Amino acid sequence: MDLASILQYLVSGLTVGSTYGLTALGFTIIFNTTGVINFAQGEFVMLGGMLSVFFMKALGLALVPAIVLAVMVSVAVGAVFERFTIRPVKNASVIQLIIITIGVSILIRGLAMLAWGKDTFALPHFSGMQPIHIGGAAMLPQTIWVLAITLAMLAGLKLFFSSTIYGKGMLACSYDVKAAFLVGIDVRRMVLLSFMISALVGAVGGAILAPLTLTSYDVGILLGLKGFAACITGGLGNPFGAAAGGLILGVLESFGAGFISSAYKDAFTFIILLLLLFVKPSGLFGQASSDRV
Amino acid sequence: MKAMRAMILLALCLMIATAAAASETIKIGAVLSVTGPASFLGEPEKNTLLLLEEQINASGGILGKQIELVIYDDETNVNKCVLAADKLIKKDRVVAVVGPTVSGNTLAIMNKFPRAKTPLVSCAAAEKIVKPVNPWVFKTPQTDRHAVQKILTHAQAAGLKNIAILTVSNGFGQAGRAVLKELVPAGGMNLIADEVYGPKDTDMTVQLTKIKSLNPDAIICWGTNPGPAVVAMNRVQLGIATPLYMSHGVASRKFIELAGEAANGLMLPAGRMIAVDQIPADHPQQPVLAAYVKDYETKFNIPVSTFGGYAYDALMLVKAAIEKAGSADPSAIRDSLESITGYVGATGEYNFSKTEHNGLDESAFVMVAIENGDWKVQR
Repeated sequence: MDLASILQYLVSGLTVGSTYGLTALGFTIIFNTTGVINFAQGEFVMLGGMLSVFFMKALGLALVPAIVLAVMVSVAVGAVFERFTIRPVKNASVIQLIIITIGVSILIRGLAMLAWGKDTFALPHFSGMQPIHIGGAAMLPQTIWVLAITLAMLAGLKLFFSSTIYGKGMLACSYDVKAAFLVGIDVRRMVLLSFMISALVGAVGGAILAPLTLTSYDVGILLGLKGFAACITGGLGNPFGAAAGGLILGVLESFGAGFISSAYKDAFTFIILLLLLFVKPSGLFGQASSDRV
Repeated sequence: MKAMRAMILLALCLMIATAAAASETIKIGAVLSVTGPASFLGEPEKNTLLLLEEQINASGGILGKQIELVIYDDETNVNKCVLAADKLIKKDRVVAVVGPTVSGNTLAIMNKFPRAKTPLVSCAAAEKIVKPVNPWVFKTPQTDRHAVQKILTHAQAAGLKNIAILTVSNGFGQAGRAVLKELVPAGGMNLIADEVYGPKDTDMTVQLTKIKSLNPDAIICWGTNPGPAVVAMNRVQLGIATPLYMSHGVASRKFIELAGEAANGLMLPAGRMIAVDQIPADHPQQPVLAAYVKDYETKFNIPVSTFGGYAYDALMLVKAAIEKAGSADPSAIRDSLESITGYVGATGEYNFSKTEHNGLDESAFVMVAIENGDWKVQR
């Protein structure tokens, strides 16, 4: 096995891993505020990509305005989703809320299929398809865009949670909803905000990934599943853990396919995940919940 | 009272008259996946049948009788397909059935037809439908074997010896992989890499890197959209110059749209319908295809698809069989179908026999290369 191949596996793994990490990021935001795993997160990613394609084709917009509009519409979908399905069910348990998110994901997927059909669509690459060569490995410029925007979003989230009053309020909700309410934090608004932010993160992810991965009405299913696995790997509720978990899973899959067999690629991910859950159930970068009080 | 009696008499007369008129039509059944996941196959098939019904009846029907099509939609669902088949056989009492659209549904219903003594002409591709031969079941699309043979003949002529294959891990890919693993060594070539990818995978650079390090003379990729488009893009990304063959599963405009510039230079076997304007004027299929494409596009205002051609051939073969037998009796149609040779259809030239119920060979495919985002038929 030559060095160039190994480097290529690493680059491929990071590219695929960033798709998982981006989806995983969205999971952590809603989980942090509500304790709910939002299984419609993959659908936000799908909406980001599909709406961008739709706005470019139907309205004749340029790439950047189309993506901005797509992200805005997705955020609105996130807000409507929270306002009309999560908020009305008062006193529902977390598990009931999770089941609601599964229902919403099926609804969004169904509507997308009716609106745009079952075809796959492509979005143009942001800065061409001329590969960049690094020590024998080839990387598309889009991969650099994806990695850079993921990092920028991570930094933005970090800033938001540590330095803004809303971010701090959302963190407070994650520690103890009742206590947050008692000190005057509008919990309902925080939950709404968390759905909007995770829709934003998901849709941006969907739009920047679409040139690499292509997009169709059902891309959310697998991305949601792998993103969830990335979350668990990195530790639920930790945005950095989620992003890192995604990259680790991507690289593992890639090396597994490269060195052992591409037929069992998906199996490696889940075997590693199971082993990890036995050894360290809180994830690589997660803290056990008793530490959070 | 008298008026009443007259009314009843009149009603009786009418009933007898309609019954007599009904026996003057030939009833042919069809069960297609017009909606559901395979609607992109079933819808053009249904359109084609409606077009043919109109044309055949306008030109005097078959043996002087008008035809009546009974078309059911199975919604790409096996259970609904079974129910529809029962209805066609028992209630509608059709003389022959066209369809189903997909292989799974065909395999589920085909054993009913010997019992019902009604011929079935399937529009689905799987080799299992006609191998082993079920006396009452025929099919019109080419099989994977023909596509693989076409590719390997082309590769052999170009002197390519070491072959790498990259197949998708679904039904289509696995069937292709099995045939490839059988025919590559049989053709005196070496299978040096056998890689697999998932139907929803979005990056195949790992598999291609592995293949690249083994230095094959050609790569054969077996899948349907969108996977092969990703493979094409990853190949350009990695700077692999090795010739890449695709399967007939991507022979549609959609593939070129998805893969963009990366599609240029790829080769694949395809039915002649994707490039009707490039068929030589003296080719026997030329008039058939040119007329079909023109009529279809005028009537429905949408481009033709290769899949509509399978239904075209299925119904036209039934028509030819009835005419040849001089009777619309189901058993006569079956015997007559089995004796059809040299019938030129939209998909290719059909030569049926007791042991051959597909009737096509690799000549039903042409090799096309993609050049500047368009098909170019290879000589």
